[in-house]
Amino acid sequence: MPLAFYQDSRYFKQMEVHIPNSAFLGNINGFLSTLKLDNPDFLKITANPKWISVHPLILCIIGILGKNIPADKITCELIAAPSGHYLKRMKLFEFMGINPGVKEIVEHEPAGRFIPLTQVKNSNDLDYFLKDLVPLLHFDNDPKHVKSIQHIFSELIRNVLEHSRSSDGAVVCAQYFKKTNKISIGVADMGIGLQKSLSQSYPVKDSIEAINLALTPGVTGTTSKPGGTAQNAGFGLFLIKSIAYTGGNFFNIMSGDKMYKLLQKKKSSFKLSGDPFKDRHSIISIPFWTGVAVGVDISLEKTTEFSSLLDNIHDFYSKEVRGQKKARYKRPKFE
Amino acid sequence: MLERTGTFAENKDIARSLREKFVFPNLKNGFDLIFDYDGVSNTTQSFTHALISEAIRKFGPDVIDRLTFKNCSTEVKKIINIVVEYMQGNMESPVS
Repeated sequence: MPLAFYQDSRYFKQMEVHIPNSAFLGNINGFLSTLKLDNPDFLKITANPKWISVHPLILCIIGILGKNIPADKITCELIAAPSGHYLKRMKLFEFMGINPGVKEIVEHEPAGRFIPLTQVKNSNDLDYFLKDLVPLLHFDNDPKHVKSIQHIFSELIRNVLEHSRSSDGAVVCAQYFKKTNKISIGVADMGIGLQKSLSQSYPVKDSIEAINLALTPGVTGTTSKPGGTAQNAGFGLFLIKSIAYTGGNFFNIMSGDKMYKLLQKKKSSFKLSGDPFKDRHSIISIPFWTGVAVGVDISLEKTTEFSSLLDNIHDFYSKEVRGQKKARYKRPKFE
Repeated sequence: MLERTGTFAENKDIARSLREKFVFPNLKNGFDLIFDYDGVSNTTQSFTHALISEAIRKFGPDVIDRLTFKNCSTEVKKIINIVVEYMQGNMESPVS
């Protein structure tokens, strides 16, 4: 049966992605409700004809879905929206090896604006990526935030390299939005996902429990021992969520059939919680995502310096984790 | 540290290598250690954990007195403090 004829039939299953006019971490539900992940061999991409403005997480999701599919198995309609050039500039189509019609624009220099879709497959790739990070996002003159952003990228991508068991590694991109003065970050993988990874050390009954454990400080899939292993402490995702939380930003993580969305806090409270479900959040049901995908926003106006964030985390640890223990701890020596 | 880690000390493979080739053998042989962070502006909790946590677990909390961290930025100091406290909090017999 000719492929085109078969693809038109109602029996044909394929992955379907619709790029809406707006999809950010706060209103991502609409994008997810149209996402279909039925047959990983074929991908159909459609887009809003009038306007496209999306979070880097959306680009990572689409990019990684299309990355391993031959170009002739991807159908993508003409991108008619004048803002569609954004997708091209973020190298979405180049990343997937396709070339749909997009209104041509004069490309701007990437420095100061964004990091296009990038694949990070190993530690060497990550070294190069982190070196490019500061000039690409034009952070040379903003030391106040660069340390938080470096920390977030390093922890998120190392999580993928160490725990996803995916030979494709992580797909990453980021964008600075001048109007809202924030950096938006997306990281996605198609590895084994949180539930399988954590099940190596904990009984994990479903995706919600896996997300809960992954965001709880001190929990790692590599051991159930308190304090972690020599190589893993289980603190990384908690720290990233805390950076987002203290700045009143969104933080979304999806794996399996659920997405956890950290909502913007109502009060200007800096009290961190070790239980992610005690933070203001929502849970969204999604089509089954085999790996993990994370989106973070960092408001450059509201987010305090990394040093202050570390004070909050230290306070949290001392009060909440160490709790009522009366033990005196040795302090490191500094010179 | 700068020579090995660059200005952002985050590569855990390097932390593992330092731990196995420098930290453990020297502590085992009775030497005290100095980590000179001159020129290192930032690090991660994961890197620091990979560098020193196992030494605290293996040799006990008293080993902390044998480690000196030199020329640390404010952030690096805070991260080392968090990791050192975290490890002692998760040991069965912290210092009394």
